[in-house]
Amino acid sequence: MHIVTGKGGTGKTTVAAALARALAADGGRVLLVEVEGRQGIATLFGSPPLPYEEREIDAVPGGGRVFALAADAEAALMEYLELFYGMRRAGQALTRLGAVDFATTIAPGLRDVLLTGKATEAVRRREGGRRRPEGRFHYDAVVMDAPPTGRIGRFLNVNSEVAGLARVGPIRNHADRVMEVIRSDRTRVHFVSLLEEMPAQETRNGIAEVGALGLHVGMVVVNMARPPLLPGDALSDAAAGRADLGELAAGLKAAGLDDAGDLAESLAEEVGAHARRVLLERRVRAELAGTGAPLVELPLLEGGVDRAALEGLARRMAEQGVRR
Amino acid sequence: MSAGRLDVDALLDDPATRIVVCCGAGGVGKTTTAAALGLRAAERGRNAVVITVDPARRLAQSMGLDSLDNTPSLVPLPEGTPGSMHAMMLDMKRTFDEVVEEHADPERARQILGNPFYQTLSTSFSGTQEYMAMEKLGQLRQSGEWDLIVVDTPPSRSALDFLDAPKRLGRFLDGRLVKFLSAPAPSGAFKLLGAGVGLVTSVLGKILGAQLLNDLRAFVAAFDTVFGGFQERAERTYRLLQAPGTAFVVVAVPEADALREASYFMRRLATDAMPLAGLVVNRTHPLPAGAGARLDAGAATAAAEALEAAGSHPGASAALRLHADLVRTHLRERGLRERTVSAHPGVRVAEVPALPEDVHDLEGLRGIGAALARGA
Repeated sequence: MHIVTGKGGTGKTTVAAALARALAADGGRVLLVEVEGRQGIATLFGSPPLPYEEREIDAVPGGGRVFALAADAEAALMEYLELFYGMRRAGQALTRLGAVDFATTIAPGLRDVLLTGKATEAVRRREGGRRRPEGRFHYDAVVMDAPPTGRIGRFLNVNSEVAGLARVGPIRNHADRVMEVIRSDRTRVHFVSLLEEMPAQETRNGIAEVGALGLHVGMVVVNMARPPLLPGDALSDAAAGRADLGELAAGLKAAGLDDAGDLAESLAEEVGAHARRVLLERRVRAELAGTGAPLVELPLLEGGVDRAALEGLARRMAEQGVRR
Repeated sequence: MSAGRLDVDALLDDPATRIVVCCGAGGVGKTTTAAALGLRAAERGRNAVVITVDPARRLAQSMGLDSLDNTPSLVPLPEGTPGSMHAMMLDMKRTFDEVVEEHADPERARQILGNPFYQTLSTSFSGTQEYMAMEKLGQLRQSGEWDLIVVDTPPSRSALDFLDAPKRLGRFLDGRLVKFLSAPAPSGAFKLLGAGVGLVTSVLGKILGAQLLNDLRAFVAAFDTVFGGFQERAERTYRLLQAPGTAFVVVAVPEADALREASYFMRRLATDAMPLAGLVVNRTHPLPAGAGARLDAGAATAAAEALEAAGSHPGASAALRLHADLVRTHLRERGLRERTVSAHPGVRVAEVPALPEDVHDLEGLRGIGAALARGA
């Protein structure tokens, strides 16, 4: 199981989808699960909203298949009640009482355990159902587009989250089963970051938090990375505002542009800002590398993400050693 | 279609503006915006207080906050500042405890604060943070000590949670489920639920356990007599948000997801008759001043290619490629912004250009405030 988290705005849904494709590259079946009710996967693939149902969303060259599921706490609760208590009818009474609203939006941890429960069930599922415990796993990998880094510790630590409501009993047992999968050494928590201070800081906090919970940290995906456009010396000069305006103007003139002097001044400012950002990015990258987690770098995509772009990102991941 | 400029200074200078609520998706810079607005207001003569929830450490330090304190503390500003700025970090449990202590006699307060169900409720129920943020807002407004309150909304799944979660929690606490669970035994009152009640009772008992039901009963008994309606309390603060004097500032970044969230929120404000002051788009990439603004991406790329083909002036070709990148980014962002604006005709917009580094001192906040005031 691959759990993908990241600060808001770092592109974790995109990274989760690209990871699912990369894992399906050698012909496997991979399930991509979203848990935040945002329909981010459907938006990404340009498809209509996903139902609460595992659907094939993408076929990967080489025979791999990617399935997607928009996990929904209320549907998961009803499914759970029916499965374990055979109580469809009671489900309706619970809805009228406000118990469903309570369980899915208010009660601490219940929503999370329902959502993680659905994903971990898919992880454990085998061909031939429960009667064949030695059967082959239904999915070769499950990728979860998880909540943002700020909430990831609480989201994954379902045991302690439900403890306030249930110290014993079925909720607790269910939470224990979910926790077993999340703690397993075949589960990894990946962090998506940008080369900016705040997302990197959150990533480092998140790694520490997840590690302290006894979960396994996977990779740090440095998303939307831009290649530096200047050679090393020029970079530090430019950052310090020491760009050679005369040379820049001469170059612009040689390229046949009008107004070379004014243009050089204008562009020198852009170059200076770029250089300062690149130096900051280097510092941030070094800090991320200091966490000990392997870094995987993905480029910034001009003009948004579509299937072809996802394919490109998946390939970049594979080139950097991401595989099942 | 082009958007009108959000005039932040006019908003902050108007003595009728008493509450500014900053809301939007996670990671768009709500807290920074709230802090920058508070500082700018203070420097323009207001006595402002900023309520933040869970700020990044360095931002908190920039305002002199280093722990949850729940009471506004004075932010030291340069001598001669015409107004003042206080800031606080919301401690939801402390706020809840204070509400209990204020409304119950000491004996009952002790009972409630020690009740395990209350402890779970006050620390980990979702919605409690939003409920308590609203509660704190109501308290500060009532105290009359500040003439401007700037609220940074809690990080939640959706920006709408700030509006909905308090009522949802109130509805639950006052609702049938709590009465049902805390009633000594299923009684006639629940006949209207129809079939399934027996089953529901037995399953809930099995799932939740006797201990929790006992705690809940004790909590409801102690709470009801001293406190009254949770829902009513939530609705009172909700009305405060609709009152004249409140202004919502919706915060986003120029990316599709954040702007979609901002759009949802603006639609909701309109539905609920809540006053939208405008949209703040953080971290934009404006064109440079001067001659660079007139050089488009195609021409810059062509010029860079010519230099590269000639094998001369590598610095200039790099600068041209960089410029082409910036122009493309600028156009993409402008397109996204225009799409949002055209769905909300009349919305006023302020843009804050991306900075290479995060804000970590008052000077940085002052810079953001100035950019906000420049608008677009």
